[in-house]
Amino acid sequence: MSDTPVFSSVSACPACAVTPAVVERASAAATDAGGRIMLSVPDAHCALCISTVESDLEAMVGVRSARLNLTLRRVSVDAEASVGAADVIARLKTLGYAAYELDPGTLSMTQTDKQGRDLLMRLGVAGFSMMNIMLLSVAVWSGATDATRDLFHLISAAIAVPTVAFSAQPFFRRAYAGLRMGRMDMDFPISLAIVLATSISFYETLKGGQHAYFDAAVMLTFFLLAGRYLDFRTRAVARSAAQELAALEVPRAIRLTGDAEETVSVADLAVGDAVLVRPGGRIPVDGVVVAGTSEIDLSLLTGETLPEFAGPETVVAAGAVNLTGPLTLRVTAAGKDSSLHRMADLVAVAENARNKYTTLAQRAARIYSPSVHLLSLAAFFVWLWITGGDVRFSLNVAAATLIITCPCALGLAVPAVVTAASGTLFRDGMLIKDGSALERLAQVDTVVFDKTGTLTMGTPEPVNLDALGPEALQVAAALGVGSSHPLAMSLAAAARARGVVPAVLEDITEVPGHGVQAQWNGQRVRLGRASWVGAEALEVTAAYLAIGAAPVQPVEFADRLRPGAAEAVAAFQARGKQVKLISGDVAGAVGDLAARLGISDWQAEALPQDKADAITALQAEGHKVLMVGDGLNDTVALTAAHVSISPASALDAARVASDIVLLGASLAPLPDAQRTATRAVRRIRENFAICFTYNICAVPIALFGFASPLLAALAMSASSITVCLNALRLR
Amino acid sequence: MEVLAVLIPVSLFLGMGGLLAFWWTLKRGQYDDPEGDSRRILRGDYDDHPKP
Repeated sequence: MSDTPVFSSVSACPACAVTPAVVERASAAATDAGGRIMLSVPDAHCALCISTVESDLEAMVGVRSARLNLTLRRVSVDAEASVGAADVIARLKTLGYAAYELDPGTLSMTQTDKQGRDLLMRLGVAGFSMMNIMLLSVAVWSGATDATRDLFHLISAAIAVPTVAFSAQPFFRRAYAGLRMGRMDMDFPISLAIVLATSISFYETLKGGQHAYFDAAVMLTFFLLAGRYLDFRTRAVARSAAQELAALEVPRAIRLTGDAEETVSVADLAVGDAVLVRPGGRIPVDGVVVAGTSEIDLSLLTGETLPEFAGPETVVAAGAVNLTGPLTLRVTAAGKDSSLHRMADLVAVAENARNKYTTLAQRAARIYSPSVHLLSLAAFFVWLWITGGDVRFSLNVAAATLIITCPCALGLAVPAVVTAASGTLFRDGMLIKDGSALERLAQVDTVVFDKTGTLTMGTPEPVNLDALGPEALQVAAALGVGSSHPLAMSLAAAARARGVVPAVLEDITEVPGHGVQAQWNGQRVRLGRASWVGAEALEVTAAYLAIGAAPVQPVEFADRLRPGAAEAVAAFQARGKQVKLISGDVAGAVGDLAARLGISDWQAEALPQDKADAITALQAEGHKVLMVGDGLNDTVALTAAHVSISPASALDAARVASDIVLLGASLAPLPDAQRTATRAVRRIRENFAICFTYNICAVPIALFGFASPLLAALAMSASSITVCLNALRLR
Repeated sequence: MEVLAVLIPVSLFLGMGGLLAFWWTLKRGQYDDPEGDSRRILRGDYDDHPKP
């Protein structure tokens, strides 16, 4: 963003633009200028966080300014080019804040801002006009007559007509779009009420009539815009953090052509190409290993925690992570045919199958719109008949009916509650993508969890270090340091945490796909796969340690539980929800975890489609399923479920497929979220009941022709405020 | 009632003034972080001197 002013200021001098040196300097200046780094900081929550984060980041070399936005939980850093997002993330990590990079260039973000300001401007204009008109109206209500009244009405008209024309545009536009699509939602009665009230009042003013509803028309616009803005804010906050979390890696691959390596976009790869995947890299395409041995981590694809061996002729799928050695692949499927793409197709199918959920607001609108229109039409004709053809009076009654039925309370009933509820959830570290997710969450009676990465952290930890002797532990720690394999790294970290001093080893070599070996006191020591060190493989995840000719000792690993997982499962069960565990991992690991958490209903070795089928079957039985998952293999299930939650550590695809994103590491807020959702839905229903009661009282008055602008204003503001206050009780 | 001729323009003028002030705050992005601003005001960091 900051690049543009630099360029424009240089090219603003037309004579300089010809000199190439200047252009060069300009681009150098542009890189020097660095840019704005946007990070999502979900843990920031207090005034102290503002001081800590801002002052610490501003103390960093190369950082010009930093500002923490507490509403969006985002920090925006203005820095020189030498400072990258990774540096800032690392710095924030030392302060104890997890941070994720956001892409400031995404169009949607600036558009969201623009849209929000646009709505706010319309709201502001409506608010100021409402106040001014109300001042004049009070004079009329308290008894101004004749010329004074007419003058006040004229001034009101001069304010109200432009205001309505400007501020009510969003409703007119949506109503028009709705009409063209042949459906009638809340926007049509709203637009009709505003337009009818304004035009009738204008006519009355010109004729010197007694009643003008300018205040009602503008007030209607104001309250409804407030509802619209709340609605927008809820969605904007969620969208900005959930969907704009920048992808952690660019979809690029290293293609080998002859001896040369070139980095190309994944889309440019063709079947038969040779692709190099370095250790730590994600495999970009489906292929067959041509050269190299390594181990690959399939946990995101299948949910299996144990890495698999990969050597020549092994078939690998896109999305797996290469762990230890470089692999050269021959591409067997790219683009549309790859397994990643097939997964996307499955998601699309599940999305189509998902019944379109009708929200409470839509259901209310479906009853409300036709009944209000019929009512005011009937009022018009009945009064036409009673008065013997007085069109002016009949129209007045019809308009008063439309205004007094308070669509404004209805327009606020849902957004006010959703805003209050999503604010509560946001403080607990959850993002709701749209209001209907809240309603769907409230209906849930079955909770399905994924294992790896959801109930567990997805990082294995050694569990039987005490069984090893102190010397063996020192050797194991030293061997662990020598490898980048997750088990080895976790072993080294655990040993370090216990204060174990690693033994001194000689010529440590990593044998990709097998393990690490070295020389210790003249003996060969090895840490790796069972078959490689010469041992029987155990049922559980383990690495095997061989020291010289001594018997092989297994180091067993278990996946650590995610904090709050046990509490969440227990709380759901205590509230009578059925809890299921469906994982792609092997039966032993899944059964073990299920027993630890007290889940009796579990399923192992499930393929992505199996998970989705299990959920579809549950829903066919009439259950409302909440799916909690994080992996690529969960995306179809997340889409198929009634409502879905994924942790922030999940893959982009899973986050996009789910309705709610959990920002913190703990699962403990989940049951609370469900309770908040239930309470929110109760508040929404209460709000509808309040609106209904108001209408029952007010409609007869309007129908009998006793409605006055004062009465309309009172009914409208009273109902809107009651509805908002009721929503605030949720906090 | 002649005072109305003065008071009405005055009230309209004040309303316009308020609207303009609102427009200016909107342009300056003062509604971008209501939660942060409500806490920033309680901070003592720049009590003695303005932010450099």
